[in-house]
Amino acid sequence: MTGHIADMTGHIEPMIGRYVHVDIGGEMHRIYFEENGVGIPLVCLHTAGSDGRQWRHLLADEEFTKNFRIIAFDLPWHGKSNPPPSWNGDEYQLTTARYTETIRAFCKALKLDKPVVMGCSIGGRIVLNLAIDHAAEFRALIGLEAADFQAPWYDTTWLNRPDIHGGEVCAALVSGLIAPQSPDISRTETLWAYKQGGPGVFKGDLYFYRVDGDLRGRVEKIDTKVCPLFLLTGEYDFSCTPEDTKRTAAAIDGASVTIMEQLGHFPMSENPEQFRRYISPVLDEILKLHMQTKQGVHA
Amino acid sequence: MISASDVTESTVAKTFATIPALLEQTPALIVRGRFLDCECLLGPVGEPFHASISAGRIVDLARAPVLMRSWQFSYCASPAAWAEYWQATPRPGWHDLLALTKRNEAVLEGDLHPFMAHLQYFKDVLALPRQHFARVST
Repeated sequence: MTGHIADMTGHIEPMIGRYVHVDIGGEMHRIYFEENGVGIPLVCLHTAGSDGRQWRHLLADEEFTKNFRIIAFDLPWHGKSNPPPSWNGDEYQLTTARYTETIRAFCKALKLDKPVVMGCSIGGRIVLNLAIDHAAEFRALIGLEAADFQAPWYDTTWLNRPDIHGGEVCAALVSGLIAPQSPDISRTETLWAYKQGGPGVFKGDLYFYRVDGDLRGRVEKIDTKVCPLFLLTGEYDFSCTPEDTKRTAAAIDGASVTIMEQLGHFPMSENPEQFRRYISPVLDEILKLHMQTKQGVHA
Repeated sequence: MISASDVTESTVAKTFATIPALLEQTPALIVRGRFLDCECLLGPVGEPFHASISAGRIVDLARAPVLMRSWQFSYCASPAAWAEYWQATPRPGWHDLLALTKRNEAVLEGDLHPFMAHLQYFKDVLALPRQHFARVST
C-alpha cells in the first residue's frame, strides 16, 4: 500500500478547470467548469445542492474522453460558481426557465456545436425540459434519475433553518438515496459536497424540482427522432424511483430506459465503476449515431 | 440469512433490545450524538420502546407505554419493515428510514426537531442490528 501511494505521488489528473463569463438573464456570471477530452461535446449537470465534482471519474475516463469533450460546470451558487454580483442575500430559488436559460447560455458561451447534455436528478428533470422545448439544439440527451414528477418524501423547510446544521441535515437526508453496495469512500465523497453547500441552496434547487418543474402532461411532446433520449435510473433511488422513470418513458415514443442495479440517486459519484457499465453503451450508441450522420452528410 | 417475511414481532423486539449495547460498542456514533438528549418512541408499530437518550447514549430502553412518560417524537415501523431494514444488504426501498415512511411501512410523528437535527445518528443507530440480525433472529 505504501509503495502504491508513493507511485501515485505527483499524479496530476487530466481535467482542467477554468472560469467562463456567461450572460444569463442580462447579467454576467462567472461560471466554473472542468473539461477533458476531444470530440462530441458532453455537458454534465450535477444534482441539487451539489456541484460538478460529482463527475470527476467520468472526466478522467481515458476511453470516453477519446471521443467526447466532457464538460462539467457548477451552477451559480454552487461549487466554485459564486452567486451573481446583483445577489443581495434574498432566498435563492431555481426555476425551470432560469435553469434552462443557464444551460443554453453556458453552451452558447463555449460555442458548443450540438452538445450532448447529461443531467442527474434536477439535471435529469431539466434534460426532459430541454427535450420538450429545445431538442434541435442537442445531439442527444441523457437523464439520470429523471422523471416528469416524483412524490415528495420530506418537507424542504428542514433544509435551511438556524437551529439545524444545514450541511448535516442535507447530507443525512440524501444519504439514504445511495445504494448500500456503493463503496464507503465514494459514499463519503458524495455526501461531503452536500455538507459543503451554501445555506438554502439545496432547498432553492428543490423549488425547481418540487414546485416549478412539474412536467406531467408535457413530456408527450418529446420527439426522439429530433434528439435521442436516454433515461437511466438506479434501483435504490427512492426519490426518483425506477417506476417514476418508466412511467415517464412510457409517454415518450422512442425513449430508451435502463434501470441500473446496485446504484442509487448519484450513480456517477456513488459508484463510478458500476455506473460506467451502464453509461458506456449509451455513449457508444451516441457515437455510432454521430458517425452515421457524418457518413450521411459525406455520402 | 433469515427471510424478512419469517420474522416475528418478538424477534424484532429482541433485536431492538440489543441496540443500546451495540451503541456502546460504537463510540464514534456516541460522539456524533453527544449534543443529543431526548425521549422518543422507537420500534414496532403498536408496541414501541420508550428510549431515553442522554449525550448520545441510550440510557434506558423500556417497552412502551411507560406510565406518564413524555416523548418528543416517534418513529415506528412494521415488524417486516424492521426485518428488511436490518438485512445485511437491504432491498431497494427498504434500506432507509425515510424510504420506509415514503412506502407507508413506517410512521414518523411528534416534534421532529431532535430527529432531523440528528438524522444520520438515528439512521445509523437504528441500523446497528444489521451486523448481527441473522444471528439474533435464529
